[in-house]
Amino acid sequence: MRRITILLAVLALVAAACGGDSDDTTTTAAPGATETTAAPTTEAPATGVQADADACVFGETDGELFLYNWTGYIPTGSLAEEFEVRDLVVDFEEEFGVNVTLTEYDSNEVMLAQIDAGVGYDVVVPSDYMVSQMIDADLLVKLNPAMVPNMANISDLFSNPPYDPGNQFSAPYQWGTTGIGYQYGSIDDENGVSWAVIFDPDVSAANTGFISLLDDERETMGSALKYLGYSLNTTSEAEVDEAADLIKATKDRLAAFNSSSYWTLLTTGETVVAQGWNGDFLGEFDRISTEEYDAYEEYGYAIPNEGSAAWVDTMAIPTSAEHPCTAQTFINFMLGAEVGAELTNYNYYASPNKAAEEFIYPEILEDPSIYPLPETMEILEFFEDLGDFNTYYADAFSAAKG
Amino acid sequence: MTTLKERKGAQQESSNPKLERSARRRESWRGFFHAAPAYVYLTVFFTLPLLIVFVFSFASRSRTGRPELEGWNLDSWARLGEPLVRTIVVRSFTMAIFNTLLCLLIAYPFAYWIATRARQSTRTLLLVAVLIPFWSNFLVRTYAWRMLLDSDGYITQIGEFTGLWGRMLFTAPAVFIGLVYGYLPFMVLPLYAALERMDWSLVEAGRDLFASGPKAFRKITLPLSKPGIIAGSILVFIPSLGAYVTPDILGGAKTTLLGNYIVTQFGSARNWPFGSALSGAILFVMLLATVAYFRTGGRTV
Repeated sequence: MRRITILLAVLALVAAACGGDSDDTTTTAAPGATETTAAPTTEAPATGVQADADACVFGETDGELFLYNWTGYIPTGSLAEEFEVRDLVVDFEEEFGVNVTLTEYDSNEVMLAQIDAGVGYDVVVPSDYMVSQMIDADLLVKLNPAMVPNMANISDLFSNPPYDPGNQFSAPYQWGTTGIGYQYGSIDDENGVSWAVIFDPDVSAANTGFISLLDDERETMGSALKYLGYSLNTTSEAEVDEAADLIKATKDRLAAFNSSSYWTLLTTGETVVAQGWNGDFLGEFDRISTEEYDAYEEYGYAIPNEGSAAWVDTMAIPTSAEHPCTAQTFINFMLGAEVGAELTNYNYYASPNKAAEEFIYPEILEDPSIYPLPETMEILEFFEDLGDFNTYYADAFSAAKG
Repeated sequence: MTTLKERKGAQQESSNPKLERSARRRESWRGFFHAAPAYVYLTVFFTLPLLIVFVFSFASRSRTGRPELEGWNLDSWARLGEPLVRTIVVRSFTMAIFNTLLCLLIAYPFAYWIATRARQSTRTLLLVAVLIPFWSNFLVRTYAWRMLLDSDGYITQIGEFTGLWGRMLFTAPAVFIGLVYGYLPFMVLPLYAALERMDWSLVEAGRDLFASGPKAFRKITLPLSKPGIIAGSILVFIPSLGAYVTPDILGGAKTTLLGNYIVTQFGSARNWPFGSALSGAILFVMLLATVAYFRTGGRTV
């Protein structure tokens, strides 16, 4: 009898333990697991959604909007208040009389897994290489040009992107760069910043234990590839292996691999050098600045001399969407000049929206870490989808982390 | 006299095989109805998901990483023998075993101490204290540890003041502090249950027969608390093997552990079949270990 009681206690506690653990990962793993059963239902009527999307009339809404966006990427709620910008979610709800449900993710691959499983989001925000991957997999609905006339606001630089020629499936949302955020005085930045401050054992020795890299196979491997002088879209196994070895050798000097709070680690002194995205750093510097304290005097962001990654995030409609008209109306809303400017004034990423520039704060437009100088533009490289080779990057990165 | 007769009659009745069988059948039906919600729950939320995981482990992966329920193969299971997987498995097991031992070393004296308190109310109070941390979310508590261990944290300040240690955040000790903290209650509770139910007069008898304190402990207390030790160890070992949040937040995600590796397969690597095979393999090993325990160790109690 006692044995049975213990067995029951074991089961109950194991269940409790598992429950507790999965709570922490609900944003990533748990939804995927529950949605597997939903997968078969949405695979067949892909053409149906495309037909519905084509039939929409300008300004039409066909029900509520399920928006799947990166964490904190659209101003809403307390963050909008903190940054003193319009709450764009509420604005859209009020203007069109529909309800918006916002869910957030922190990596393209996590988003793709959800869409692949058939979860019915109406608008997603994939980055460049992910757009071409999703187009290849027939996961995106073609936009109806009559529904998104504001596409004309997009600057020439982004009107015919290689990942989606003619922006048929996607509309540019924001763009930015990957670089190094650092505390002044911790590294030598007289002649610009080099990736050596992370990857060279001698140059980075002084900051051992206070360096962070992104936890992202394409980005982290990409910076190592750039330091080694290779393309960050290389499909040479030897080059990728070399980059993986470099990351492995760098590991002992790192504080952490982190993609979701590296900016706070930097400004709280847990790191002094961090690889990351420009908007995250600048947003953080702005957030912690007060009338007496100017964080920009203590911290900086630089695109390394060896070159780095540039990326565009876009809005697109997955084939599992249930409200394609509301989705297109929303995309058109977001492409508006003033709305586009609100986005940049909020998240400190550059806007692909040319018409928005007159509403963007001048100090943002003139900041080279947000709008890079022409000569910097030349050393930036966009990520491309590598098809089958993607797994090679994932495995090499796992191996590098050991 | 009459009572004896009645008892005899009752005995006769219960030894009537026909009646007994029908009574037992009725009993088992009632038991089934009582357990029905549990059966349904376990089938829908436990067995079915596990079956799905098992089926996916034989599926194939499309070029874009979509799991495809066709082209059934054993590739994912074959990959379990790769050196990288072996390294990760060995590392995770080492960490889980070490954490279990640490928890046992800390929890045993503590559980012993609680169980030997004379007043019931004191014991209850101490047990509640063990459970209080569960009132708040595990993630929140792990972040709290991050603040204690970071450069400005109290623990770092104490270390710097005494000159014994520096910043602990993002080091192996930080991970173990987080793990021991998180799983200690799972060790304390079964140990307490075993020790509290123990017949202390056996220890007294041992001492009367001139056993020294340590010897009485080794020969009597320890064997009698064995079920608690084993149950506690299983409870701590299994979740530490899949620990994912603690190494990520307190260790800086610098080494790949089984938990992170599986999450990667379902996230960025987009290899659901391989992730399923990994999960399935761990589950299978754990199940074997638990069954082995209940068939051997469990029986001696």
